[in-house]
Amino acid sequence: MQSDFLRRMPGIGSATAGHERGLFERLHIDPFLLLVLYLMVAMGVFVLYSAGESQYLINRQITYIGIGTLTMLVVAQIPPLVLQRLSWVVYFGGLLMLVIVLFAGSGVNGAQRWVDLGIIQFQPSEVIKFALPMFIASYLSQRAMPVKFKHLCWALVMIFLPVVLILYQPDLGTSILVAGSGLVVLFLAGLRWRYIVSAIVLAPLIFAGAWIFLLHEYQKQRVLTMFNPEADKLGAGWNIIQSTTAIGSGGWSGKGWMLGTQSHLDFLPESHTDFIIAVLAEEFGFRGVLFLLVGYLLLFVRGLWISYTAKNSFSRLVAGALTFTIFVYVFVNMGMVSGILPVVGVPLPLFSYGGTALVSMFVAFGVLMAISTEQETLHAK
Amino acid sequence: MNSEYQSINDPNIQRRVVRSRIMGLALLLACLLVTLLLRYYDLQIKDHQRYATLSDENRVHVRAVPPTRGLIFDRNGVILAENRPSYTLSVVAERTEDLDQTLAELKQLLGLTNTELQRFEEQKDQCRRPYGGIPLRFQLTEEDVALLAVNEFRLPGIEVEVELVRHYPFGKAFAHSVGYVGRINDREQALINKDRYQGTHVIGKIGIEKQYEDLLHGSVGYEYVETDARGNVLRVLEREDATPGEDLYLSIDSRLQTRAEELLSGRRASVVALDIETGEVLALLSAPSYDANLFVTGISYSEYDRLLHDINRPLYDRALLGQYPPGSTVKPLYALAGLTTGVVTEDWSIQDYGRFQLPNQERVYRDWKREGHGKVDLRIAIEQSCDVYFYELGNMVGIDVLSEFGHLFGLGQKTGIDMPSEMSGIMPSREWKRAARGLAWYPGDTINASIGQGFSLTTPLQLAQMTANIARRGVSLRPHMVHAVNEVEVEVPGEPLVDINSEHWNIVHSAMEAVVHSIRGTASAQGRGLTFRMAGKTGTAQVVGIPQDAEYDRELLEEFKLDHALFVSFAPVEDPKIAIAVVIENGEHGSSVAAPVARELTVQWLSENPWVVSQTESSNGDRAEEKLDAI
Repeated sequence: MQSDFLRRMPGIGSATAGHERGLFERLHIDPFLLLVLYLMVAMGVFVLYSAGESQYLINRQITYIGIGTLTMLVVAQIPPLVLQRLSWVVYFGGLLMLVIVLFAGSGVNGAQRWVDLGIIQFQPSEVIKFALPMFIASYLSQRAMPVKFKHLCWALVMIFLPVVLILYQPDLGTSILVAGSGLVVLFLAGLRWRYIVSAIVLAPLIFAGAWIFLLHEYQKQRVLTMFNPEADKLGAGWNIIQSTTAIGSGGWSGKGWMLGTQSHLDFLPESHTDFIIAVLAEEFGFRGVLFLLVGYLLLFVRGLWISYTAKNSFSRLVAGALTFTIFVYVFVNMGMVSGILPVVGVPLPLFSYGGTALVSMFVAFGVLMAISTEQETLHAK
Repeated sequence: MNSEYQSINDPNIQRRVVRSRIMGLALLLACLLVTLLLRYYDLQIKDHQRYATLSDENRVHVRAVPPTRGLIFDRNGVILAENRPSYTLSVVAERTEDLDQTLAELKQLLGLTNTELQRFEEQKDQCRRPYGGIPLRFQLTEEDVALLAVNEFRLPGIEVEVELVRHYPFGKAFAHSVGYVGRINDREQALINKDRYQGTHVIGKIGIEKQYEDLLHGSVGYEYVETDARGNVLRVLEREDATPGEDLYLSIDSRLQTRAEELLSGRRASVVALDIETGEVLALLSAPSYDANLFVTGISYSEYDRLLHDINRPLYDRALLGQYPPGSTVKPLYALAGLTTGVVTEDWSIQDYGRFQLPNQERVYRDWKREGHGKVDLRIAIEQSCDVYFYELGNMVGIDVLSEFGHLFGLGQKTGIDMPSEMSGIMPSREWKRAARGLAWYPGDTINASIGQGFSLTTPLQLAQMTANIARRGVSLRPHMVHAVNEVEVEVPGEPLVDINSEHWNIVHSAMEAVVHSIRGTASAQGRGLTFRMAGKTGTAQVVGIPQDAEYDRELLEEFKLDHALFVSFAPVEDPKIAIAVVIENGEHGSSVAAPVARELTVQWLSENPWVVSQTESSNGDRAEEKLDAI
């Protein structure tokens, strides 16, 4: 708590003291982030329209964008200090819902991922992927940096709980990504290299153990299929073959919006959710993919910059971890659809159809905006 | 703990630690982004062509558009084989949710038989394009179609298609000649050009349908269709129409054919009628017959079994495959041999006491008439079918000449008719006996051969061809079934066989005329009331093989021991138009059983065709008959 105290002391915060506050800053909005964000989301709606060919899906997605925007704006008003204090509530709330989902959830493909709250249904795993790094950041920012062994252990326990719960849904992909979103905070908090190196050495052993004891048959199959998709043309390999065909057939300039044959003739599985990048790549070509990657790059650069320039440890850790988590989702999704990673079922941020993922993404950007406008807020007082 | 608090309290250290890690993270991020970029570059730029091809192959399927099979008409344009719309239930295996489940439901719904299911499985295993329908049941009733329409929504992958199915309006009358089409079987599958038969389920199995398969089939068309992942056809991208098969006009006259069918009903028999001027087949019938339509969509095993084991052998084409001793029907031919070689003359005669013996041999060869015919010259020998005369003639001429003449007139060899199979019969000769039996030729063999018995075997078609060749005075025309292909007439050139003195022809023709029109002629009953002159020859063939099966009753077997009745004829004598051969198994008497059939058909044919009118006017048949009788 002492650090909070210090931070509030006038004169200790640096940089933009006396800076004239613009409209965006007063509203705690990062205009650059907002612009890129909306460009991406708008493009996503176009692609989704082509993928889904359903007005219903588009209406839902636009509604989610609306809800997301509102949530983002609300979250952006919350001072990072408050976020830090409330992070345990969100974390344990998320854990509780993960437990509920195991017993009372509903889902598809034999995995229970959804919790029904009467009015809305949502996926707790989408909440925890941002709640976890924030909680760990909150914990570590109040401890010594670089991270001490004891704190490392506690942090690992915090990571372990939601990861195991998600693994039991079962949702291997998300559990790995959630673990990553927690571990990156440790990395940012200056986890000593000897731990990192030993983790890299131990990882294959842990993986072998997981393969034998934890992974479901279908998950093993997915990993195996990644290495040889041709082996099972109509079964597990179908998705990858069809998605790489869609991407590859797009070429440089693509087949044109609404003209992708792979997606429109139903060869592409899950074209409106996990495989939406294939629709984009097929219809807009490599140009479209470049455009998308540049968009993401701008978001990440901005995110990392916010992290880099953040005024305190918590903000730095949270901004860095959130940026990295979003990036990992992008990388894993685009990697799996293009056949360089196993098909683990993660959505493409800002593009894939899905309420919880989209809204939680906006929440993450809300947090980033709150952090980016933090300094000015403090020093204008 | 102290140092820990210190480090917490030192925001500079914290900032430095985290910032350096953020730089590291940025580096990692950059690396991974480049990885993605390279991967998408590989897929979309470097290997674009490959994936573009894959994508096209994915969505574009080639579907065959089967051609419409050519129609078959008789010489008057009466349809003998047509294509009728028929509803077929087929199943696209790839589109069903669970094939076994779907089949089980359909079985319950329509009461599918095991035969149908078995046939479906066989077809499923045969090589075919993906997303092709496999026929399950043909000729759906309206009730079936309605049931399927109601249940279609819950049985994805089932299709009710309208298909053109071959139909034979005459059913039985043309089963052996026109033949039928049937499902392409494994053996045929291996022989046909699979590309040509894409989308076609049937192929000609026998008869004209088989012989002219290439013409009738036509050529297949193609449709490039865009399909979705479930095989639903979304649109046709490109279409190349199929070329329908050629229409065939057979030379057969359906009225003559159906009349023959009536006349032979209840018999095991065969009739072949040839147009003497063209060599065209006017009637080609084997009785009993069967309904050709049974085979079109697959005959049931029990039905097939019944046909196969019927003692009357309806599946057997007697006209082309049946081999019978020609008996006395070859006598005019051997008479020609005798005349041509100068061994006999018109006036040379013998005294027939009903028996013949080779010098120094015990065996007595009898005449069919126990007491003999008395003084017999060539004319009487043919008219009354005197065996002893021909024993003498044969003995003098020798087997070599008989055999040569037999072969010249078409015996012992295939006629070359445009049908998929025919038997060649046997015209015995020294060489034949040595090759086939490994035995030397005995003089007795010649005696048997000279009345068309012994080793001699002929098909009804050969008998008709021999008769036509005699009627044409030694000009041979290959018998053929097809009069015109798509209204372009087929012509077969005549081929002179042998140079025979026209006087000799007159003698033989006149003797054959006497068989029908003379009071003592063996078929004299047939000559009465004819408005034209008809030449003929009766024959009786001893039964060679009798069905050896315990399950047939004795009375029936007795019937099977009776002689076959034969008759050959041509008419009108002065200007021959039609040659007919009739073989009635176990009919006993050529004159009373076989000859009336030939007479009826000849009368019908000549009266139906215009040139007969002038014949009737120019000659008074009855008076001519009286004159002949007076001789």
